[in-house]
Amino acid sequence: LIGLQDSPLEPQRLIDELRSDGDGAVVVFVGTVRDHNRGRRVRYLEYHAYPEMAERELRRLAAEARERYSIGDVALVHRTGRLDVGEASVVVAVAAPHRAAAFEACRFLIDTLKRTVPIWKKEFFEGGEAWIEGS
Amino acid sequence: MKVEVRYFAGLVDHTGRTRDSLHVADDADVRELWRELVRRYPRLGDLGYRPLVACDLEYADWEQALAGVREVAFLPPLSGG
Repeated sequence: LIGLQDSPLEPQRLIDELRSDGDGAVVVFVGTVRDHNRGRRVRYLEYHAYPEMAERELRRLAAEARERYSIGDVALVHRTGRLDVGEASVVVAVAAPHRAAAFEACRFLIDTLKRTVPIWKKEFFEGGEAWIEGS
Repeated sequence: MKVEVRYFAGLVDHTGRTRDSLHVADDADVRELWRELVRRYPRLGDLGYRPLVACDLEYADWEQALAGVREVAFLPPLSGG
């Protein structure tokens, strides 16, 4: 439920694995590749990670969310490699007895992931390519 | 002593490599290692940002001593998600 993956992400499978009968809510965030960025038409993205460190930061982040919020299990999976427009780059899913904590934890997880997990995207647009450094 | 250095994202383009193995002084810190890298790869001197640093998979600062550190990674501003 936590880690990097170079094959397509499957949010529904994660939800099914995550949820237990004590949970009344599952909040899911799916990040997807959009077709434009900074005025350019995006063809596709490549995601690169520092894999050993990214896996560790993802696990640490999930543990931190479970300490801070009244939630159950967490799924945190980031895709790597080439992604076409419309594909999912990241799935954050949080199961909890009640929805408020699940929403808050989900927001915390995606916002913190973007700041702390060593992953970068390279954008291939019409007419060139460029690393995106910082968001 | 020897440290493994790893580069990611745009830093791979600037150095032309993903990793190096370097000898540094026993009392060297991250900042001194970076100075040595800028001598080797002058393009690192004008990045326009300051890389993040990780020592043995943990974020570190530029004053971190390298004694006992096996791997130092330099990370451009992150853009996951």
